[in-house]
Amino acid sequence: MALLIQDKAIVVPGEELAEGMDYLPGTDVLREGEKLIATKVGLVNISGRLIKLIPLSGKYIPKKNDIILGKVVGMGFSGWRVDIDWAFEANLALRDASTEFIEKTADLSQYYNFEDWIVCQITAVAAGGRLIDLTMKGSGLRKLGPGRIISVTPSKVPRIIGKQGSMISLIKETTNCKISVGQNGLVWISGEDSHKELIAVRAIEKIEAESHISGLTDRIKAFLEGEHQ
Amino acid sequence: MNTILKEHLLNTLKKGSREDGRSFTSYRPITVETGISPKSAEGSARVTIGETEVVVGIKTEIGQPYSDKPDEGSIMVNAELLPLSSPEFESGPPNINSIELSRVVDRSIREGKALDFKKLCIRSGEKMWIILIDIYPLNDDGNLFDAAALAALVALKDAKFPKLVEDKIQYGELSNEKLPLQCFPVSCTVFKIGDSFIVDPGKTEEAQMDARLTVAFLENGNICALQKGGDKGLSFEDINKMVEIAQEKTEELRRHI
Amino acid sequence: MNYDKRFDGRKPDELRPIEAKVGIIPRATGSAMLKVGKTHAVAAVYGPRELYPQFLQDPQRAILRCNYNMLAFSGSGERVRPGPSRRSREISLVMEKALTPVLDLEAFPSTVIDIFVELIQTDAGTRCAGITAAAMALADAGIPMKDLISAVAIGRIGDKVVLDVTKEEEDFEGGMADIPIAMSVRTGQVTLLQDDGEITKEKLMEALALAKKGCEHIRTIQIQALKDRYREEV
Repeated sequence: MALLIQDKAIVVPGEELAEGMDYLPGTDVLREGEKLIATKVGLVNISGRLIKLIPLSGKYIPKKNDIILGKVVGMGFSGWRVDIDWAFEANLALRDASTEFIEKTADLSQYYNFEDWIVCQITAVAAGGRLIDLTMKGSGLRKLGPGRIISVTPSKVPRIIGKQGSMISLIKETTNCKISVGQNGLVWISGEDSHKELIAVRAIEKIEAESHISGLTDRIKAFLEGEHQ
Repeated sequence: MNTILKEHLLNTLKKGSREDGRSFTSYRPITVETGISPKSAEGSARVTIGETEVVVGIKTEIGQPYSDKPDEGSIMVNAELLPLSSPEFESGPPNINSIELSRVVDRSIREGKALDFKKLCIRSGEKMWIILIDIYPLNDDGNLFDAAALAALVALKDAKFPKLVEDKIQYGELSNEKLPLQCFPVSCTVFKIGDSFIVDPGKTEEAQMDARLTVAFLENGNICALQKGGDKGLSFEDINKMVEIAQEKTEELRRHI
Repeated sequence: MNYDKRFDGRKPDELRPIEAKVGIIPRATGSAMLKVGKTHAVAAVYGPRELYPQFLQDPQRAILRCNYNMLAFSGSGERVRPGPSRRSREISLVMEKALTPVLDLEAFPSTVIDIFVELIQTDAGTRCAGITAAAMALADAGIPMKDLISAVAIGRIGDKVVLDVTKEEEDFEGGMADIPIAMSVRTGQVTLLQDDGEITKEKLMEALALAKKGCEHIRTIQIQALKDRYREEV
């Protein structure tokens, strides 16, 4: 009949979240008889009767429509194989690779070569994550230029982007860097000034480490201002 | 054709910077801890360089001296690139990278005469001490060579002989006698990426290296072991520069022992 | 032969000092270390990742693959020869079986979840320390699980049943039974049960009850270690 934890509490697998039938299990929450049980380390999120978790750790799990970063690792007759930091490589078919028509006999490396990084979108996930289709047709989808790649916990990506992109804009403006954040937790960063680029990296790492603690935006602002001087 | 990651790294280096803001010849913070397995090992150490972490343990055995060196004991260095420490390492028999790592550490200790091998002989031609040095990375964030070499020296310094009763080792009972250490041959690996020379690369820098040179220095300023690695060549000038950097850095590393 | 007072002075139902830490191996998907007295285990989880060779894949669920290993210098006697032994392979197997019941492996078909457990120092109870550390590492890796698994070795020494045995107790001259036990404390399910040595049915039930008590305490340490990773420190 009752909640056993508070909203925004950090819970671990096996922890009982609520008793009785008043609450419903959301993402990463399990119902066992009368009880709702956490299945991951995460932040409790209660909205109305629904209790879900926002995981604090773990690998990226591909979802349709996610915009992600990937590395070209293979080329074949039908298109490219892309490493998206998931257990299986994703597939970028010729017809989805460009708005222009690509001949079957074309040199695919002219478009995307080995070790190239791309911003792409997932159009389909099938067979429990084994089959993943990507597209390059859409706004913002592109091949990335020289830059560095860092990796963050995928569940922290919304905090790095911020409301309507406010957080990432703040970092971009303060550091004068180009930044591309994939929902798979891979982030591409490129700055003319190496020192400022490093500040951008540190800011993102700070968001990742402290996103569950309130007052994040103010802390990041203070950090960026402090580093800027 | 360089990949976008390499091109960016080369640009950064050209501007005199590194991805984490260090200077080319700065190490990440180094920590050294001894006695990490005091119940089991005769000596042990943990070294961290940034997020790279290596543990080394020393065990001893009694063996028969080799016929060509009847008055000397011996050492054996083994390294295992644990799949626990990196997604790139796989289970199975030692691969060539772990063999190279153990051989490079072995060579610096052996050729630098870190131990007085004569004092490892118990009875000429009959009984000798074998010092077994086992190296394990727990997290590989680049520069395992220097971390392993340093940890091996620190573990040797930490070690004591176990008690002997009628030529049988009483494992778990250590004597007060330290190993016969004569000196510390300290290793530094210098990496060449593009036209730049750096030390102590993180994993992303290490992945982009063109060549590396590991140099072991004795306290008197002499070199006692070398190992060149990587897919590209080095000019005489490169080698001279890398040896100079290594000499300066080994003096610094020596302070951690 | 009676065993009235424990060698290290502990009460029969007293654990050794325990220290746990999560997130110790940055390159792993999840990791943890556990020290129980002088036994020191580290665990890392990698995955879910693609399983090779492909014929080993299970299209309905992830394969859990555990690898228990003692570092060469971690034994109490001679150097342990590197590489798998019959002992380490059996322990790896029972660790897999101890952890599987709480894991939702069907969430990741055709993949493998690798758990590596390395012992840095040993003083008995190594498989239990390994399981306890591995459970934290799995949680840290974000693998969905119904509960943590906690484990401890019980000893029947003389006519006493004691919690969390040491090597010295394992070697007790009057004979002993060594009973490693792992369980999901929340559900009460036992997921590892082995016994080396003679014991009555009654004493076995006593051992299980004592293990539950020990595991309850170990579980609070596991929970704390997992939460400590996200402690408010700014």
